Amino acid sequence: MPMTQRQALEVLLPLRGERIVVTTMSSAGIWPTLSQSPLDFAYIPSAMGHGPSLGLGLALAQPERGVIVVNGDGCQLMSLGNLATLAQQPANIFVIVLDNGQYEVTGGQPHAGTGRVDYAAVARAVGVRRTYTFTNLASWQAGAADALLGPGPVVIDLKVEALPNQKTPKPPRPMAEQIRRLQGALSVA
Amino acid sequence: MLDGPSVVAALERVGITHVVWIPDSELGTWEPALRASTKLALVHVCREGEAFTLAAGLHLGGKKPIVMVQCTGLFEAGDALRNVVHDMKLPIFFVVGVRSWYLQQKGATADTCPIFSEPIMNAWQIPYRLLDSSHSADDLANAYLESQHAGQTGAVLIAE
Repeated sequence: MPMTQRQALEVLLPLRGERIVVTTMSSAGIWPTLSQSPLDFAYIPSAMGHGPSLGLGLALAQPERGVIVVNGDGCQLMSLGNLATLAQQPANIFVIVLDNGQYEVTGGQPHAGTGRVDYAAVARAVGVRRTYTFTNLASWQAGAADALLGPGPVVIDLKVEALPNQKTPKPPRPMAEQIRRLQGALSVA
Repeated sequence: MLDGPSVVAALERVGITHVVWIPDSELGTWEPALRASTKLALVHVCREGEAFTLAAGLHLGGKKPIVMVQCTGLFEAGDALRNVVHDMKLPIFFVVGVRSWYLQQKGATADTCPIFSEPIMNAWQIPYRLLDSSHSADDLANAYLESQHAGQTGAVLIAE
């Protein structure tokens, strides 16, 4: 059965451990309803497509903790090169691409890669050694723990349902407060 | 004079931990010294917008990054720069190589990069200094320290 973004994130929730979770676009609206950890960072307002780069910086700065970035497929296409940047770094970063084949928050328009781009294959082609694709909820439930264990970088392509009438989410709290909470949890002055 | 060894020594002295960059032909001559440093980690990115957001992540995680890009990359990186500096309000400091600056001063180039570099910095409201051959790595380091003491972004443009 196909999975919704919420279902995908519900599977992630118990597996994130003490890792930082960076969410973008639609996931940034859903994740705060599941988790209120100070290690959550809703990347809103964002530079579109740059969630993985932000996460990689955090992962390089906090190598023992690890970072999970929940990105959208449209966002990933906006900065596809960041997968090559990721591949050169032995960093504990896990990029999850929620692949619904559309720009969801602008009204559900198709993007340039709708129905054609295999994000796990792209990641492998640029040198990311650990990649996964899950096309339904049952396979994600069965394989998530393995995918989210071990060393990064890891790229996970999750096929999720496209939902109509979605809006750009609002961040759970102002950016300055998010930064204070995150840096407090990381014991960074 | 700004060269690789003097720039690396200055960056090490002020505590920089990471250099996130895409070099141009001038900044690229600094690479051997950057690679040889045991105190600086050199991080290559694919496009300049990545450099600013990756540096933002490093900063959030407690490190002291600096971004080095070419002027064409500055033009490309506008949205990331806007987000990091104005939305997130992070004091990310960066170095921009301004291609053809000397030739433009003489009216001897059709390169449009030097025409737009400073107006772009002003448009994004970035405090900056232009460093030419009369300046040294200490000037770069001092500009960095001033921006960090002020808790705000800053940059130097390197005349090329």
